[in-house]
Parts: sequence; C-alpha cells; structure tokens
Amino acid sequence: MFKIIHAQFLAPGIKRFVIEAPRIASKQQPGQFVILRIYEEGERIPVTIENSDPVKGTINIVVQSAGKTTHLLNTLETGDSILDVVGPLGKPSEIRNYGTVVVVGGGVGTAMAYPTAAALKRAGNRVISIVGARNKELVILEREMRNVSDALLITTDDGSYADKGFVTDKLKQLIQNGTRIDLVVAVGPIVMMKAVSELTRRENIHTVVSLNPIMIDGTGMCGGCRVLIDGKSEFACVDGPEFDGHKVNFEVLVQRNAMYRDAEQRSMDEFRARTKSAAGAPISGNTGQKWGTPVPQGEAR
Amino acid sequence: MSPTATKSKNPLLPKERIKVPRQSMPEQPAEVRAHNFEEVNLGFSPELAQQEALRCLECAKPTCTDNCPVGIDVKDFVQKIVIGDFLGAAAKVREANVLPAITGRVCPQEDQCEGKCLLSKKVKPLGIGYLERFVADYEQRMGTNIIPHAEPTGKKVAVVGSGPSGLTVAGDLIQKGHKVCVFEALHEIGGVLVYGIPEFRLPKQIVREQIDYMRKMGVEFETDVVVGRTVTIDELLEKEGYDAVFIGTGAGLPQFMNIPGEHLNGVYSANEFLTRINLMKAYKFPVYDEPMLDLHGKDVAVIGGGNTALDAIRSALRLGARKAYVIYRRSETEMPARAEEAHHARQEGIDFQMLTAPVEFLSDGKGWLTGARCVRMELGEPDASGRRRPVPIQGSEFELPLSVAVIAIGTSANPIVQSTTPGLETNKRGYIQASEETQRTSRKGVFAGGDIVTGSATVILAMGAGRRAANSIHEYLTTGVW
Repeated sequence: MFKIIHAQFLAPGIKRFVIEAPRIASKQQPGQFVILRIYEEGERIPVTIENSDPVKGTINIVVQSAGKTTHLLNTLETGDSILDVVGPLGKPSEIRNYGTVVVVGGGVGTAMAYPTAAALKRAGNRVISIVGARNKELVILEREMRNVSDALLITTDDGSYADKGFVTDKLKQLIQNGTRIDLVVAVGPIVMMKAVSELTRRENIHTVVSLNPIMIDGTGMCGGCRVLIDGKSEFACVDGPEFDGHKVNFEVLVQRNAMYRDAEQRSMDEFRARTKSAAGAPISGNTGQKWGTPVPQGEAR
Repeated sequence: MSPTATKSKNPLLPKERIKVPRQSMPEQPAEVRAHNFEEVNLGFSPELAQQEALRCLECAKPTCTDNCPVGIDVKDFVQKIVIGDFLGAAAKVREANVLPAITGRVCPQEDQCEGKCLLSKKVKPLGIGYLERFVADYEQRMGTNIIPHAEPTGKKVAVVGSGPSGLTVAGDLIQKGHKVCVFEALHEIGGVLVYGIPEFRLPKQIVREQIDYMRKMGVEFETDVVVGRTVTIDELLEKEGYDAVFIGTGAGLPQFMNIPGEHLNGVYSANEFLTRINLMKAYKFPVYDEPMLDLHGKDVAVIGGGNTALDAIRSALRLGARKAYVIYRRSETEMPARAEEAHHARQEGIDFQMLTAPVEFLSDGKGWLTGARCVRMELGEPDASGRRRPVPIQGSEFELPLSVAVIAIGTSANPIVQSTTPGLETNKRGYIQASEETQRTSRKGVFAGGDIVTGSATVILAMGAGRRAANSIHEYLTTGVW
C-alpha cells in the first residue's frame, strides 16, 4: 500500500498526488513514469511522475481524468492509499548540454515535460518552453515551468489565456524568427507530438517525443506497449518511453490505443452510473469486502 | 544412506508389476472443461496412487532421479506411497523440491523422470508426475509440516524474481539458515506461475498455498520492486546489506515474426494475452477493470507449438472462441509442448494446423485483424537445433479468417537488470552468463539462473538451476571463497 500524503487539483480533472514511495523517490529521473493499480480488481495504468523528493521519500504524480481508473484515482484524497505503485519505469531522458532546447508540453503532458525541462536547464541548456492547453483553466505548472525556462510561451486553443492557437504555432514562429534550435522535446497528446514532429522533420531539428501506449506490466514482459519505430517493433516500457519523433509511426499508436475503446466506454458508463446512484458505495465491480483502498470521502463522489 | 538396504515393501514381483496398467488421471470431460477455467486433471485418489505406485520396479540405479533437474528420490517416495505413508512421501519429495504441487502439474515428465523410466522399454512409464502431485496435494489437505531450519547463519540473500527459479533458491536457502528476501516486479508473487500458466493447468490457489508455505518458513517477499529500476543489484549488495544476490528474472520480451500486419488490433503476444487473462483477470471484465477483446464466436489462432501457445489457445477456447487453431510450422512430433497438453487440446477440439506458417496478417483497412495469409511447409534437412527445417511449399498459400491472433514464438532477454549492473556479463543474445555448475555470474556474490540465463525453457529446468544456485550460494556464504 502506498499512502497519499497530499492530493490537490491543479486544474479541473487534473490532480497532483504526493505519494509515499521512498524507493521510487530515490531513483526517479526525468522522463520516467510509474504504473499503479488502485485496488484488487483494478487495472494497471502508467502515470506521469512530475517530481520526487528523495529526502522525504515521496513522489508527485499528476493524473488527468480520462477513463474509469483515472476518474476513480482522482476521487482519492490525502490519507487514502493506492494498492500498488511500481517504478520508476522507462529509460530516463537523455540529459546533456545540447545548446538551445525547446520543451513542448501539451495538456497534462506538461507534468512529464517539467522534470525534463528542469534537468536540461541544470545541464546548461537554454530552455525555451511552450505550454499548450485547451483553455485557461487547463494550463498547469505555469510557475514551475517558468522557473526552469529562459522563456515560457503559452497557448490556449480557445484564446482564453495567453495566445490563441497551438503549440506548433509558437514553434513555427521560433523557427521563422531564426532561433537556432538544437533539440525539441515534446510531451502531450499524440496529435500534438505528431504535429510537432512533422514540423521539425521539415526543419531537420532532432525531436524527442514521449509515447503513451497501452501498457500492462511495464517491465519488459508482456509486449503490450509495442510501438512501430522506423518500421520496427520496439517496447515503450524498456526501449522508451522517449523515441525519435521522426521515426515514430503515430497512426499505429493511435490505432492501437483505440483497441479497447468499447470496453473503456462501458467501464466509464458503469462508473458514472454507480457514482451517481450510490454515493459512498464502493466503485469496484465487486463487493465492498474486496475493495483494497479506503473508500474516499471526496466531494467528487 | 544406502538406497537399497531396506527390503522392498512392494508385495508384487517385478514381472507382476509390469502387468499392472498405468492408472489414468481422472479428468473433467473435454466437452465440459472446454467452457470453464477449472483444472483439467482432477488428481489421484489414495487407491489410484497406491495402485500406480505398485508399478515401480525399484531399479538399483534409478535413472528417473538422474534425469530429474532437482534430483527427487523417486524410488523412495514411491515406496512410501506403496505402504500408505503419504506424508512421509511428501516430505521425501520436499527434500529436493520446494514446489511439488506445481511440478507435479507442469513438468514435462516425458522428457525428464518418466522419459528414463525402465518400464517404458516395455509398457507405459510409471506416472511419477501424477504421484508427485498426489503426495503434494495430500500433504496440503492434511496440513503441511514446516521443515525445521538449520541454525541462523546471519547471512542475507536477495532473490530477484519470484518465479520457479527464485522460489527454489529462496526455499532452499531459508532451510540452510540464511535470511531471504524475494523481490517481485509485479503485484503478485509467482512469476510465470501466476501470469503465464492458466488456471485450468495450474490453479492459482495451488501457487498461493506454496507461497504461503514459504512465508511460514520465513521467506520475505516484496512486490512492486523492479530490480534495476526501483533498486539496483549494487544497492542491494552495498546499501541494503545483502551478502549475495540471485537473479531469476525469467523470460523477457516477446518475439514477433516481423511480417506485415503484426501491429493490427487483434494481434497479441502470448505474454500479453495470458497476462490479461491470468494476472489481470480480464475475462471477468467488468468486475475486473482490465479489458480484453471479446472472443465469443470469434475465430482465434495461436502461432507457435510450445506450452505457452497451447495455454493461450485453450484459454481462447474457454473464452468462447468459435474456432481455435494452433498454427505451427513444423509437425506435431517437433512440438515442444508437453505431450499431455497437446493431447488435452485435441480432445477439447483445438484445430491443429501443422506444417503451416503465417506470412501476413490481413486488415479490414481500419486497423483491425481479419485473417492471416498462411503457407504450408514441408520438412527439409535438420537445422542447427537438430530438428528438420520447415521449407515453404510453392503455391500453397491460403487465407484463414481470424479475429484474434496470438503470437507465441518465444521471447528475448529482458534488458533491465543487465543494463543497470556494471560488470555483469551477457552473451550475444543478451542473456546473463552464468556457470552451468555453480550459476555464478561475472560479478562477485551475484548468481543467476532460469530463463534469464538459458532463454525460454521449462519450470523444472529453472528450478534445477535454482537448486544448483542455492547450493553454490550456501557454499559462498559459508566459505567466503569466490
């Protein structure tokens, strides 16, 4: 059991948890993630590590409500526990002095981009960060990103905050202004990473993206997270999650991530029905006895 | 101990023993079990066990024991069954084997003990696996007696991975008086025994009972630890005070065929398919959250001829598949699966497409699998493995409609421990190099065994390596000599 020391919404549907996990905290490096399982009947899902404190023995994870498990996770509060948290998984980001690096964070991907931006800054790079979100409320970690960037550019899809547009508009501007860019790191929705990679391919700028395929064990056993890189199968959990954006087959990633859409929808519908009809009843598909996590008291339920 | 000092307790003369037929294992009828996940084999009654035990010829030089990777004293434990001392028989088995209820179910006995049984020269071999299973289950029902430990040595050993080799090392070392902690990456203990082998062949309850037994013996377990990531081998040795480490991380990433269409939705690796079913209980969705594709009324094929392939396709059948094919490029004779599994699979209605290989997976144009284009093969000259090489027959291509294909053609080495442990030597395939006698690696105090050394093999071979490693770790810890 992994105890939640602190839980706080950063934006609607996006929550940060500080979790007691001393072993993971002492090892976490930028670019890595954890896999967690909330309760006995739960699925295993990969989750972003935003930060860690090796002295306190805690890690910060940031979760956006998408399907049942993330919705359920975001009902947990300070003092609740998560049954399993394993990591840090994946290869760390390759941190060295490249020169000028543009770090692009889209939506909740900003949480994964943040530690990489911070490490790149510490390694002596000039870091220009671009953070994009759908609207003002969904812009996260602005202060944190500003602290580790030489410049921070923000876009919102609807123009409700900063500049209206997409992260690629800002990247395009930088390129057009003649900014010398040695590396682009992009973390966010697949469409965003694909658009960034297409843009930088034309400009011949090396681009690293962090992929988020369906994953089960996350330790190099099941092969569920296979992605097509330069026409070859690679595994996001041990070969990634970061890959050369110019070599990634994004269409296959989108297609494979949609494999369980029907089941995910069904899970979500049942979760919604249950949380509406019986506040306080366990959300697990089974009886309360098997529910491995203290039933949260949050207002979301 | 002199093996033949005591007079035989068997009332039958050797020539009479040969006339006793091999007792059949009671099993669930094929048409019933094809629709459930309950165990196929039901186990011997005491009467059946004693009847079978009578067949043992009590050879002066028991080749069965010689051919057992952990060296079980077969003759002795079978004799104890003859006289009805079932707990004594179980204790005898446990001297060599910490997981008898598991090996009694999953060992390829025809390649090990039973393959060398003298009876098999004239009649069917002694049912050693069935008898081993019987005594282990009997002991479990009666309440297991914990084997007393040696005096505590004050030494501490870390075991990486809780599969067959790791559990064997842990069980052996705890009895020798060492402290043992087993680290497991997944949330459940047992490795391939829980994520790989299905319920109908090895009930998870059996695995849990064996693990509970080991906990009672004093073995500690820590789940959710990926050694190499969560903690390194060096940290275990230097910071956490372990005197030795055993690496038993098992088979690694699944291999694919690199044919067109392998990334289509509906194409699984066997590891993923079985992990979803066995570990994550996806077949109980939505009670359990992990999903899998609905197989009811669908046509499913597995590619490969090993135990994993048969486990996957028999699971698919139980999950409602309309047609369930095994596609294997050689003939049934060359299939590496246990003979009993192939026999059971046929009884259940699995369609064996032997001497056949897929060359392409076909798509509906929207990213979903619709079938496989296959080619028939014939066997040519023997290849490096000594088996006759399959050669495609010109013009034999045909299309097989499929909704799901499961690829079970083997695995390659998991790189995590090797890439995070400086000085740990690997072979060119990425597996850890370890001495065949002592299981020592190139790093002082670090031992390795099982699939991470040999590549995919069997539970009992991994346990054999675990046993050798435990002896050699014990020697290292007591003498300090590397």
